[in-house]
Amino acid sequence: MKAADFDYLRPSSLAEALTCLSQNVGVAQPLAGGQSLMPMMNFRVATPEVLIDLADIPDLRGVTELDGMLRIGAMTTYRDLTRITDRVPLLGLALPHIAHDAIRNRGTIGGSVALADPAAEMPALLLALGGVIELAGPDGQREVAADDFFQGYYATDRAEDELIVAIRLAVAKPGDSFGFYELTQRHGDYALAGVAIAHAPDLRIAFFGISDRPIRLPELEAALTAGTDPGPALDQIEFEGDLKASAATRRHYARVVLDRALAGMTS
Amino acid sequence: MTGPATIFDRPNRYIGQPTPRADAARLLAGRGRFVDDIQLPRMVHAAFHRSPHAHARIVSVDVTAARAASGVLGVWTGAEMAALVTPYVGVLTHMAGLRSAPQHPLAVDVARWQGEPLVMIVARSRAEAEDAAELVEVDYEELPPACDATTALAKDAAVIHADFGSNLAWERKVDVGDIDAAFAQPGVQIVEREFRFGRHTGVTLESRGTVCEFDPSEGCLTMHYSGQAPHMMQVILSRLMSLPEENVRVISNDVGGSFGIKIHTYGDELAAAVAARALGRPVKFVADRMESFLTDIHARDHVVKARMGVTASGTIVGIDMHDLTGIGPFSMYPRTSAIECNQVLNLTGAPYTMQHYRAHGQVVFQNKNLMCQYRAVGHPIAMAVADGLLEDAARVIGMDPVELRRRNLMADDSYPRSSTAGMKLDDLSHQAALKKLCEIMDYDGLRAEQARLREQGIFRGIGFVSMVEVTNPSPMFYGIGGAPIASQDGATVRLDAGGALHVSSSITEQGQGTNGILAQIAAGVFGVDIDRVKVTTGDTGTVPYGGGTWASRGAGIGGEAMLLAAQALKEQVLDVAAVMLQSEPGLLDIRGGAVVDAATGAERMGLADLARTVYYRGNELPSDLKPELIATRHYRVTDFPFVFTNGAMAAHVEVDPETGFVKVLHFWAVEDCGRVINPMLVDEQVRGGVVQGIGGALYEECLYSDDGQLLNATMADYMVPMAAEMPEITVAHIETPTKTSFLGAKGAGEAGTGGAPAAILNAVNDALQPMGATIWQMPMTPERILKVLGKV
Ligand SMILES: Cc1cc2nc3c(=O)[nH]c(=O)nc-3n(C[C@H](O)[C@H](O)[C@H](O)COP(=O)(O)OP(=O)(O)OC[C@H]3O[C@@H](n4cnc5c(N)ncnc54)[C@H](O)[C@@H]3O)c2cc1C
Repeated sequence: MKAADFDYLRPSSLAEALTCLSQNVGVAQPLAGGQSLMPMMNFRVATPEVLIDLADIPDLRGVTELDGMLRIGAMTTYRDLTRITDRVPLLGLALPHIAHDAIRNRGTIGGSVALADPAAEMPALLLALGGVIELAGPDGQREVAADDFFQGYYATDRAEDELIVAIRLAVAKPGDSFGFYELTQRHGDYALAGVAIAHAPDLRIAFFGISDRPIRLPELEAALTAGTDPGPALDQIEFEGDLKASAATRRHYARVVLDRALAGMTS
Repeated sequence: MTGPATIFDRPNRYIGQPTPRADAARLLAGRGRFVDDIQLPRMVHAAFHRSPHAHARIVSVDVTAARAASGVLGVWTGAEMAALVTPYVGVLTHMAGLRSAPQHPLAVDVARWQGEPLVMIVARSRAEAEDAAELVEVDYEELPPACDATTALAKDAAVIHADFGSNLAWERKVDVGDIDAAFAQPGVQIVEREFRFGRHTGVTLESRGTVCEFDPSEGCLTMHYSGQAPHMMQVILSRLMSLPEENVRVISNDVGGSFGIKIHTYGDELAAAVAARALGRPVKFVADRMESFLTDIHARDHVVKARMGVTASGTIVGIDMHDLTGIGPFSMYPRTSAIECNQVLNLTGAPYTMQHYRAHGQVVFQNKNLMCQYRAVGHPIAMAVADGLLEDAARVIGMDPVELRRRNLMADDSYPRSSTAGMKLDDLSHQAALKKLCEIMDYDGLRAEQARLREQGIFRGIGFVSMVEVTNPSPMFYGIGGAPIASQDGATVRLDAGGALHVSSSITEQGQGTNGILAQIAAGVFGVDIDRVKVTTGDTGTVPYGGGTWASRGAGIGGEAMLLAAQALKEQVLDVAAVMLQSEPGLLDIRGGAVVDAATGAERMGLADLARTVYYRGNELPSDLKPELIATRHYRVTDFPFVFTNGAMAAHVEVDPETGFVKVLHFWAVEDCGRVINPMLVDEQVRGGVVQGIGGALYEECLYSDDGQLLNATMADYMVPMAAEMPEITVAHIETPTKTSFLGAKGAGEAGTGGAPAAILNAVNDALQPMGATIWQMPMTPERILKVLGKV
């Protein structure tokens, strides 16, 4: 299929982009790597009248480090993230599971977070690392903790006239350890179930691919910290089924990925 | 004279060599010419409104807005299209009792599957045509659908073609020996299973497509066509569009895969031809991936209930089975959708000497996309049923599955003979193939390793299949039933003035290397270097008449025609050379592009010298010498309905009992396709076929909702096997040339697809055995495996 007709804007600054967006609220969509948006447009599932390409905006690019935090521009591609895996080892564990080289060359961290696919790795990784999402809108900038950002299937706290500007993640410290495990029948597919774990030094565990959003359960973290059975905490999750796995299968898989990720924590 | 018997050990032979195909470099360089690469002046583009419902009455169709949309040049409703095209019915006279209803390119009164085309829009661009398609307003009255094959014959099922009174399209019974009495014998143990085979589809890299152009000044239609049988398509277009056959030209240039998807009559392609005639402009239709999933024929869709009886000493006494095949709302034109089930009945148990066989096949209509011939028609079902039961029986009687096979496979020196179902068999090598298989895979070593690993909680399984493949079909396949499908093929070989060969053939190339083996045969048999052979295929305007490439017939039938033509031209050239050299044809040979002294190999005359004399300076030749530097020969299989091949394959898998994931660790295939013309190409055919078989066994399924919505019509949701998950595939050969031709080549294209699913099924069940579980449904998805393990 071919995309429905649309106008194409290519602003060169964040301010200009925000103006474009607020002038077209409801009919415009930002374009980052296009690895999700373009297929949706070609299926005519997404039919934006205006496409605002974020490719030329310097404020959305680059990675800087300050006070033990990394600030990663929204337009940073998965491929570029491989350069900072020594600072954020969990990225190194997760990135090889995201799609394939061609997609990783274009897909962006901002796009993944904005899309909020419940089976995507990046949102869960942000939850596990206690990441922060920086947003800019007509009324200025604000920041939201990852814990509060993801609200359901493809739903986030981002307002329609806002852009994700950057993601902030803590740099790993000596003694921190991390775990990651995901189940896919074919390499690079979206996860049937997955989990990202940070022990830095608090234990934070985020599942993906099992519910309508990435899931973090304080009860589960408490149970594991206390060395008790995590089963009851897992039962609180509202598991979702689809063509590839029923909710019951996902419940089963959640335990499998959890056990395997814990068994494979980095030291 | 060099007789055909010695062509295989000539000094400049190519047959049997892993010669790289000439077009590989071109395709790699991106210089392929696929349908979508064709840009013609004034070309316009087609898109379709397709039924969103599996079964619905079309109350009204309003195309006013679509007609008025920007860029639109033509809109056809089902009724308007029906007025321009003769309806077609997918039945054949030799499939007694088969019935199907008349079909039109676009649905007229009732839509019978989700995705059936209803309205065609032609516009300046595909995007504009799609925009207009969204403006088509159809008032549908939804009808109850009959989607599930298992309930399609129930009393309360919706009947898809009211005139027929039921959804039964065809049935056939086979009854050989006395199965009930045999199963009742003391000491006979019975294993019984219900097998389910999901629907899957071909997923060709190049989707279906056509560019049609009509020249009103000559009344000629040219169809650039991504397809496997150009001459068949020529007849169909001529019949359905009432055009003289000679005024239809079908050109299949590079074709990016077909797997049986592209040998059928699709309404959208026909409609493109009609629109090209009506508009007097070239019309392009290239199916997008969604359209491919919705309308490319699907495959399989069987539920088989089957029993096998076996004695404690390991004699298989017989198989009793019922096969239910769902084919969608019509039988596909012109090959029909009954062949799949017919093959299952013909082939189940064909490698074994069992005495009793009873089979009942029922083919039913349903409100899903059409099901029809796809690579290895019926084979994976027949092989999985027979060999699945065999390994099940081996477990019951406590015998090694290889040993049970050995005791029941036909002896290699017992041919010619018939199978229990009555298939004529010759030149097969089941026992030798199984023996070689066990050697190359180190069967005993693997079993020992398996036992060791089980103690560590690692569950590996080894599974086998002994299989036959139907190849090189004779006229008994389609022609006898009235289908306009040639079973013979032709080849022409011409010597040009520079001493090179121009060859053409009626078989087609869709990525498997057909053109390459044609060049090998021509070069080797005639006696020139292979880079001096130019091959033309896939154009009804220029090539000899013939069937095309499907049913693993290209090399065996088209290759033999090429051999005969090259041999004939060689004799003609030597006759001329003998006169010019004042020698005898029998004392001369052609090698490396020159006429040589047969005994010493000394060069007597270059072919270019000979040809230039003939073409330019005929005055130097005796006037009674009438040189013909061109030869054409045709070939068809006689004496046998098909030329069967055989093979033995094994899979080594590991099942993760916590996740239900299956990892295929290694796959081995020993194939007997007769003479191997190009081992590299044959091996890759086998490997590609195995990968498709693994797809059917583990990944691929067209998933429908209860009301007939295809739920996974994208490459994200429909799982094709991908390189990262594929195992090492070791291929070995036994070569038992068929006696039906000089070339001795049988087909090799479908063996992997036909055999791999059974081997994978058996391997998975072998791995599951210690956990007390078995699985009989394909694809064997992780969730299905977890279910049989009782984990979810
Ligand atoms: C074959 C294939 C396999 C894939 N497999 C995986 C996988 O395993 N795991 C996975 O996580 N992903 C997978 N993806 C998706 C891929 O990671 C996407 O690239 C990613 O999810 C979106 O990033 P993008 O930069 O391409 O965003 P785009 O597609 O450009 O945009 C996605 C959405 O985010 C919005 N958006 C983008 N940037 C911003 C911004 N800065 N501010 C506000 N809104 C914004 C867009 O408007 C759009 O709605 C796969 C994709 C393909 C094609």
